[in-house]
Amino acid sequence: MTATADVTAALQAKFPAATPRPSGDHPALNLPIVEVVAALKYLRDEFAYDFLVDVTAIDNGVEATPRFTTVWHVYSTAGHGYVRIAADCASDENPVAPTVSHIWPTANWHERETYDLLGVKFEKHPDLRRILMWDGYPYHPLRKDFPLAGIQTPLPDLEVSELTGATVKPAPMAGGPFVASPGEMNMTDAEPRAKDESWNERREKPASE
Amino acid sequence: MVSANNELAYNTKIEGDIVVTRADAVINWLRSSSVWPMPMGLACCAIELMGVAASRFDIARFGAEVFRFSPRQADCMIVAGTVTYKMAPHVRRIYDQMAEPKWVIAMGACASSGGMYRSYATLQGVDQIVPVDVYISGCPPRPEALLDALIKLQSKIKKEPSANTLLQSA
Repeated sequence: MTATADVTAALQAKFPAATPRPSGDHPALNLPIVEVVAALKYLRDEFAYDFLVDVTAIDNGVEATPRFTTVWHVYSTAGHGYVRIAADCASDENPVAPTVSHIWPTANWHERETYDLLGVKFEKHPDLRRILMWDGYPYHPLRKDFPLAGIQTPLPDLEVSELTGATVKPAPMAGGPFVASPGEMNMTDAEPRAKDESWNERREKPASE
Repeated sequence: MVSANNELAYNTKIEGDIVVTRADAVINWLRSSSVWPMPMGLACCAIELMGVAASRFDIARFGAEVFRFSPRQADCMIVAGTVTYKMAPHVRRIYDQMAEPKWVIAMGACASSGGMYRSYATLQGVDQIVPVDVYISGCPPRPEALLDALIKLQSKIKKEPSANTLLQSA
């Protein structure tokens, strides 16, 4: 079986625009977004990277350019190795990436999730609807400019919203997000709690210096 | 030979034994002793809910073992788990489909207040969309806590002016 070093070398030979991507674990390459589908197909057909593990995207920040980077992880069930391919989306306002759902059917839902949470549109996707949030939700919650607590919108069902007067409200963060502390400590100390407990619903958040 | 019954009052020798009581007491006794739950199992609390129904805790001891997966046949919706905003309208719709009289138990931290899910996706307490009768703390609550909530609900049902409500709605 081909060693992973050979894979990156072969990819770079076939796609001269590919550049190595800093990575703490698996071999990773940056590619121009137009070459991604060809590169993934090449990995699958020539090097038996037959399993698409994940399709996701990175929001590099509201001010950053390029703002969105789409990431693909492939795994070889024969060679037991991962390869990561990343590509910057051309547009910062309306990021677009090519679909690979015709190569790996599993990409269908991964791409829907990435579209739902980060707003990356996948071209030629057979059914690009939201998958976690409801149809008609106006935001993409994993973008950097979206607050964790949420933004006020009507409930998915307007009839119920009107009947109950309930809306999607920003959650009271009260020093959150609520995180569990890892490690070998007393279970009670490791329970999920707000990081900053100096304020809550009743006590104002202290002004930052 | 049959003779006419000319007595004006009840004759226990003819009518059998009579127990005199209030309509409320009878109706509420019936209702509180056969609370049919509608399991709204949305997250891990539903596992404890199943534990309550099983033999060790045996919710049948309190007459509430008849879990109905049709809202038309249920009396008490037990909201067991995290209610997301996407799910919230469906919870309300199922509540609307239940026949009167109906009650709601919010089981666990998530159903009561959103719990640890302080995020854009989670309804911060199911009481925003349905009227809750009993809240249970815990993440998840022990099965005993749910039984305690059921007993509390039963004592609440026993105080309701059921006869009046029935007469007014008729």
